[in-house]
Amino acid sequence: MIYFDNVSKVYNDGRSAALQEVTFQVAPKEFVSIVGHSGAGKTTLLKMIIAEDHPSHGQVFFESLDVHRIPRTKLPNYRRKIGTIFQDFKLLPHKTAYENVAFAMEANGRGDAEIAENVPHALSLVDLDDKAWNFPSELSGGEKQRVAIARAIVNQPDIIIADEPTGNLDPIATYEVVQILRKINDLGTTVIMTTHNKGVIDEIERRVITMDDGRIVRDDSTGKYVL
Amino acid sequence: MITGLRRVVKAGFVGFWRNAYVSLASIFVLTIALFVIGATLFLNQLLDTSLSTLQSKVDINVYFVPDAPEEEVQRILSAVEALPEVSGTTFTSREEALEQYRESNQDNAISLQALEELDENPLGANIAIQARETSQYESVARFLEEQRELEQPQIPVIDEINYERNKESIDTLTTIIGAVERASFIIMGILLIAAIMITFNTIRLAIYTSREEIAIMRLVGAGNMFIRGPFMLQGIMYGFLSGLLALLMFYPMLIWLGPRTETFFEMNLFDYYVANFGEIFGLLVGIGIVLGLVSSTLAVARYLRT
Repeated sequence: MIYFDNVSKVYNDGRSAALQEVTFQVAPKEFVSIVGHSGAGKTTLLKMIIAEDHPSHGQVFFESLDVHRIPRTKLPNYRRKIGTIFQDFKLLPHKTAYENVAFAMEANGRGDAEIAENVPHALSLVDLDDKAWNFPSELSGGEKQRVAIARAIVNQPDIIIADEPTGNLDPIATYEVVQILRKINDLGTTVIMTTHNKGVIDEIERRVITMDDGRIVRDDSTGKYVL
Repeated sequence: MITGLRRVVKAGFVGFWRNAYVSLASIFVLTIALFVIGATLFLNQLLDTSLSTLQSKVDINVYFVPDAPEEEVQRILSAVEALPEVSGTTFTSREEALEQYRESNQDNAISLQALEELDENPLGANIAIQARETSQYESVARFLEEQRELEQPQIPVIDEINYERNKESIDTLTTIIGAVERASFIIMGILLIAAIMITFNTIRLAIYTSREEIAIMRLVGAGNMFIRGPFMLQGIMYGFLSGLLALLMFYPMLIWLGPRTETFFEMNLFDYYVANFGEIFGLLVGIGIVLGLVSSTLAVARYLRT
């Protein structure tokens, strides 16, 4: 469902390349982990998928859609098909947990009844029913990330993109987040996640793509963290 | 569509409330800007009134010889009234002139006695002429001079035109009025531009604090109007509340200032405020809303570009 065709990204100075001739594809319902050192190009790769960054060469396809030919006005529509999770959570600070999740649905133009039904459901899936009316500043790191996951899944996207979702979390919160992501994947959503965390990779036991210096150096179907 | 609008309105109000400090700061600055705009408005009104009072005190007079033919006097009077520069005339007949002389010399026995000794009225009729602008007196005077030149020498009509005597003070007044009007125009322009810039920058800063949020909303897939809407509404709310506050601030100030301006400028600013409250309200609140709306729209647009 995601297809990278010989994608390169060269920055303006002409020397440093974030991505070099990257080609791979992700099938529906896969759980793909992308590992590599800082600066290996993992985040750039994810930004390509949500059209936040543009390739210098090559194309990125979402199903049959060339992601970088989507007109700017249609971009919000496209992004609603993708749930995104970030290392720094990216919650709206002046909205409660409930409102943060509901915002994704409102932005999607969903009806009130649907929102009233799905938001509590998503929050209970990440086990945050009792923190629904807390603001992000009143939540722990793990709780914030769980709100972000609830927001990412509430519109039932085809795919979840998670950029270092456990990067700022302690081991217990990391474990919880990974379990939630696995559960989401088991329910049929494709997940693409970047991580540094060896324990996380070994725990998941799914496909692992290893990147180094902007290239894919390994692609193992039930990988281990090898660097 | 309706749901979207309702959500935007709700998000606007909630955002206004939850960002209370930022909202207060914006309202504070916008209130001061509107106060400055309102103050220039009042000052302008004072200036206008005092200048026109001053202007109304200036006139030129044509004195006719006592035995000027009545029809000639009437002809000149109607010709003068027909001039486009002339805003008003006061005609004083021979009898009225005599009456006025008697009145103003009530306590002067010698003058009255001298008058009694004459067997006929020594005074001629006269016309006091007011022009619309002080600068127009010269052309009115020229017109009168032409009339005098057209007279037949054996039947004199016009005795004296006092323009030459008043010329210097009229010229000075014309220069002063011109300078004051120009200066006030420039000062008001500068104040207005400053007020607009300060407002614009304040709201830009207020929205700058929300730039992360705007980026997140975009990532979640919110459309531009859905992101922009609440900020635009907040801009409108800032403007509306600031307009009200500025109006409120003027009230006690003008109660205090009103009688003072009356003695000095012959115009009570408080009465003016009350009489034109509707217009002043519309102007200040309207400017506030437009300023708030335009500033917030422009400020958000920065973060919606990619």
